[in-house]
Amino acid sequence: MSPELATPKGPGAPLLVTKGLTRHFRIGGVFGRSLHAVDDVDLVVNEREIVALVGESGSGKSTVARLLARIYKPTSGEIVFNGRSLAHLRGRKDVLAYRGDVPMVFQDPFSSLNPVHTIGYVLRRGLRLHRPELDAREREEEVVRSLEAVGLVPGAQTAAKYPHELSGGQRQRVGFAQALSYQPRLVLADEPVSMLDVSIRIGLLNLMARLRDEGISFLYITHDIASARYVADRVVVMYAAHVVESGPTDEVLQNPVHPYTRLLLSAVPDPRARTEVSAADVGEPPRVVDPGEGCRFRWRCPLAIDICSTVTPPLLESSPGHEGACHVTVGTAGPAPVGVTAPSTADSAGAAFE
Amino acid sequence: MILDVADLSVDYYAGRPARAVAGVSFTHHAGEFLGIVGESGCGKSTLLFGIAQLLSPPAEIAGGTVTFAGKNLVQLSAKELRAVRWRDFSVVMQSAMNALNPVKSIAAQYEDVMRAHGTRDRAEIRERSREVLKLVRIDPVHLKSFPHQLSGGMRQRVMIAMALLFSPELIVMDEPTSALDVVAQRSLMVQIKELQRELGFAVIFVTHDMSLVSNFSDRLAVMYAGKFVELGQTRQVFAEPLHPYTKGLLEAFPSIYGPRVQLEGIPGAPPNLADPPSGCRFHPRCPAVMPQCKDVDPPVVVVEGTEVRCLLYEEKVSGVA
Ligand SMILES: Nc1ncnc2c1ncn2[C@@H]1O[C@H](COP(=O)(O)OP(=O)(O)OP(=O)(O)O)[C@@H](O)[C@H]1O
Ligand SMILES: Nc1ncnc2c1ncn2[C@@H]1O[C@H](COP(=O)(O)OP(=O)(O)OP(=O)(O)O)[C@@H](O)[C@H]1O
Ligand code: SF4
Ligand SMILES: [Mg+2]
Ligand SMILES: [Mg+2]
Repeated sequence: MSPELATPKGPGAPLLVTKGLTRHFRIGGVFGRSLHAVDDVDLVVNEREIVALVGESGSGKSTVARLLARIYKPTSGEIVFNGRSLAHLRGRKDVLAYRGDVPMVFQDPFSSLNPVHTIGYVLRRGLRLHRPELDAREREEEVVRSLEAVGLVPGAQTAAKYPHELSGGQRQRVGFAQALSYQPRLVLADEPVSMLDVSIRIGLLNLMARLRDEGISFLYITHDIASARYVADRVVVMYAAHVVESGPTDEVLQNPVHPYTRLLLSAVPDPRARTEVSAADVGEPPRVVDPGEGCRFRWRCPLAIDICSTVTPPLLESSPGHEGACHVTVGTAGPAPVGVTAPSTADSAGAAFE
Repeated sequence: MILDVADLSVDYYAGRPARAVAGVSFTHHAGEFLGIVGESGCGKSTLLFGIAQLLSPPAEIAGGTVTFAGKNLVQLSAKELRAVRWRDFSVVMQSAMNALNPVKSIAAQYEDVMRAHGTRDRAEIRERSREVLKLVRIDPVHLKSFPHQLSGGMRQRVMIAMALLFSPELIVMDEPTSALDVVAQRSLMVQIKELQRELGFAVIFVTHDMSLVSNFSDRLAVMYAGKFVELGQTRQVFAEPLHPYTKGLLEAFPSIYGPRVQLEGIPGAPPNLADPPSGCRFHPRCPAVMPQCKDVDPPVVVVEGTEVRCLLYEEKVSGVA
């Protein structure tokens, strides 16, 4: 378990690309209001790449993953995997192959495991579908191997258990083990380590980094930015259904351009330093029900200017490969961003957050 | 003192009985905030369920008492317990999806809880429901939503808000913020702290996030294989961790500050609770292991106010005594 941290092998060709991916939900019955869960998202995941998707709770991260996993249908927009649009998947065989190539690890391990079957049964059944070439003995070995890869040791013992006999963090790793057992191309991992203690978490992150070097890509949805820094090649930040910033991990963490990213980074705690929390960031909840035009962060934004409430800022490049959607810091509309530098990530352990 | 847990043990009877909680003792005072951390599977949720009397077969309390506001909860009937729960203490479980009813709107679930405890007035119920949702920064339009229409973090916040519908004396929370981004996490914790100052309730909080406990909890308990191996003032434990497991835990933290370093977890696998290691349960993985650790189950010793179960500190204490 020793991934190359500083210089992962360069990513390969685009593996998955979305164009204008959008998903709205109708809510509120009769009056039929529209909740924008995901709006106009262009996403690229390359071969051999870990892309971290971070963002506010409710900003649409899981919905993106569910769209990619074909659990939800897009309201509009396109998903292209391996050069082929998902709209053109035809028949059970295509769909099955895609599910095996792009499995999803669900955010809530309590609702995603069928309570009436043992872990081993569920994993074996998945293997029968997605890797029919294995015989019974090979399947059994693969089940044990993948459970042990995620630290559920001894694997044979875990396989004999029912989901309710496992703790939260143990269940969470079962989903991850199952995804890995398919020999996937891209794993959609929705908060796969949120219930794990730091020690086991690091084991899993190191495993992800190693698998990346062996050719598997990950869409790693997380709220643990420190862990994103640790494994991700690129970071994509969402706020209220939009991608507001994306770029190489170090670039985004060291020179964040979007005010939400800055807020997020300034709130990242360091357990070794006591952050004096004086005032809470009790802004309004983001408005994603019939949001209308304008930047969706404007109600909380310390830099907002007039245009922010009328024009939705587009994603523009601020430096090669690094994009942000902000009129003031990236666009041409605002004053030069003097004095609005991000709280320096190098020494701001004790900084109060805005 | 609001809560006194004495020598509490919980067994799971599945095949070989596994002791998931093995003789945990602590006292908890009004207005106090206790954080509990520990490896996945070490028994944190089981302990909370044991305290709240929410265990169901094959789990069984094998011994010990839980005294809450003068009553031993272990001996109360189901009916007596129902009266205490939610009003006097509330529980936020690790899985919001398990705890929420999937076929009822959030408003209906809040209403059920409030009616069950004697609030009949519709307007009051509606008002209070909106209030608690706003407290956790969820748009009240979602009162009409069903659990599956909410994001993971929103469901967690709905649960936390439900715990705040009344003004309980004790709130027990099992990883309540594991699905929240850091900004939401912080603002929520600050709110809980403020409410706590205002209303004086006590909090027991399980988390994997060391920075949350370091910022918000007064005392910290570190659990390993069913036991509290260290319990002390949070500041003190962070400044001077005593138990080798606590030290490992604090070192294994990735940071966004400073150079990017190669991190290693604590080597070795968590023990099998049905067949735990002899002596100190941490000895097979302990970097400071001594010959006697294999045979002697370390008793609690107190080092500068911190309780620790580790033989490294035995002699120091007996030297003093
Ligand atoms: N099936 C659904 N029906 C209606 N609304 C939905 C549905 N699924 C998601 N939403 C809404 O879409 C928005 C985005 O939800 P999503 O689960 O994608 O957020 P998220 O970024 O994963 O958040 P978290 O970090 O809290 O898990 C939320 O406002 C949620 O209420
Ligand atoms: N119903 C059950 N039957 C048998 N064993 C169980 C049962 N529920 C839990 N266990 C076992 O008891 C141990 C403690 O589980 P518990 O859920 O308390 O862990 P935890 O500390 O909360 O872990 P996590 O941080 O992963 O949630 C685990 O090893 C688990 O496998
Ligand atoms: S008692 Fe021994 S094995 Fe246990 S933690 Fe202390 S030094 Fe390590
Ligand atoms: Mg989510
Ligand atoms: Mg648990």
